[in-house]
Amino acid sequence: MAWTREQMAERAAKELRDGFYVNLGIGIPTLVSNYIPRGMSVQLQSENGMLGFGPFPYEGEEDPDLINAGKQTVTEISTTSYFSSADSFAMIRGGHIDLSILGAMQVAENGDLANWMIPGKMVKGMGGAMDLVAGVKKVVVVMEHSAKNEPKLLKNCTLPLTGAGVVDMVITDLGVFTIDKKGGGGMTLIELAPGATLDEIRAKTQASYHIANVL
Amino acid sequence: MQKVYPDPRAALAGLLRDDMMIMAGGFGLCGIPEQLILAIRDSGVKNLTVVSNNCGIDGVGLGILLASRQIKKMISSYVGENKTFAQQYLAGELEIEFNPQGTLAERIRAGGAGIPAFFTRTGAGTQIAEGKEQREFDGNRYVMERGLIADLSIVHAWMADTEGNLVYRKTARNFNPMMATAGKVTVAEVEHLMQPGQINPDHIITPGLYVQRLVHVPNAVKHIEQRTLRKRTAPAGTGEEV
Repeated sequence: MAWTREQMAERAAKELRDGFYVNLGIGIPTLVSNYIPRGMSVQLQSENGMLGFGPFPYEGEEDPDLINAGKQTVTEISTTSYFSSADSFAMIRGGHIDLSILGAMQVAENGDLANWMIPGKMVKGMGGAMDLVAGVKKVVVVMEHSAKNEPKLLKNCTLPLTGAGVVDMVITDLGVFTIDKKGGGGMTLIELAPGATLDEIRAKTQASYHIANVL
Repeated sequence: MQKVYPDPRAALAGLLRDDMMIMAGGFGLCGIPEQLILAIRDSGVKNLTVVSNNCGIDGVGLGILLASRQIKKMISSYVGENKTFAQQYLAGELEIEFNPQGTLAERIRAGGAGIPAFFTRTGAGTQIAEGKEQREFDGNRYVMERGLIADLSIVHAWMADTEGNLVYRKTARNFNPMMATAGKVTVAEVEHLMQPGQINPDHIITPGLYVQRLVHVPNAVKHIEQRTLRKRTAPAGTGEEV
């Protein structure tokens, strides 16, 4: 019994801190907004030009001029500000966003990330992912541990990179890994999901990793 | 100088030619200059290189110019949700240059600001950096990206005065302000047209010197790409969620 998508999002929410400005990717990362602890001030950034956004609108209150980066209708809150795409990515590239949580196809033990293209398939584009991983202070990947029994945590990514040496933490359905991307200390398994075992993780992980003493 | 034109066709008259580069504002279908896009379709101009974050969807926005086969090349960050795009691309009829979204935004900003190139961390160590000059600053690797200037920029604004001072609304701002600065000629379609003095100067986002032509589009239809809603919970005591 591993973590569900919701539980992975709940675990990712533990990386939030009071006062953080956070960018959430599409998919499981979007669910993280449901687990912001009560009383904690977290402002969500949407790279199409909005800082501080609220939940989806009620029917009849949707506004075509008010969308998030997934092109979904959202709402304004009391802390909202709007800005251009250039200002938005100045925020991102300039290191003013504290945390980016996003999905991935592959992560390597040195922090390399691949999540934007599969050669030979129709490529849709990288959107803002390359800028986010290059500029945001802390990058957390939330993904399934393996895809159709193919490991996703690898020694080296085989898919084209979104960023080289950019990932700080990986949360999968089986556990949590940290990556010492700057210090070159490699990858460390720091938590197991309930029911997951070290043996199962070893079998489903190609990357080499340390195991934290607490485990 | 009269900047206000009676309709989108007139606003683009004399500006369009084959093989030109056009920047088009918008993110998804939000803040797109759709009436100007329709006028470009009607002009029949072809072999266009279009700089825009996305390429509309089938039959809407820039998807219209794909359907009419007027686009030769797109410079974009994301072109999903568009079957026509995929078909033309896979058939070799359409070129695409993917730029990371922030790099695209900054290339346009730089172009408009007279900056021919800049260095960014974005894409360092990826295939985006291949063939580009790279330098190390303070121990980190950076990629050189070029500023972009277009023959024509088309933008959508919420409000303008007849001098071309522009105000955008909510997330419909997106790429429009930078693109307004980076066109050799910039044409804006605006939902509300005011007289000078009617917009608080503190609220103007794009000063009028960037805008050569304006067209008033009071009845522009706006599109929603992903209508996402939350359920309305009935007032306390009635006990029903609808």
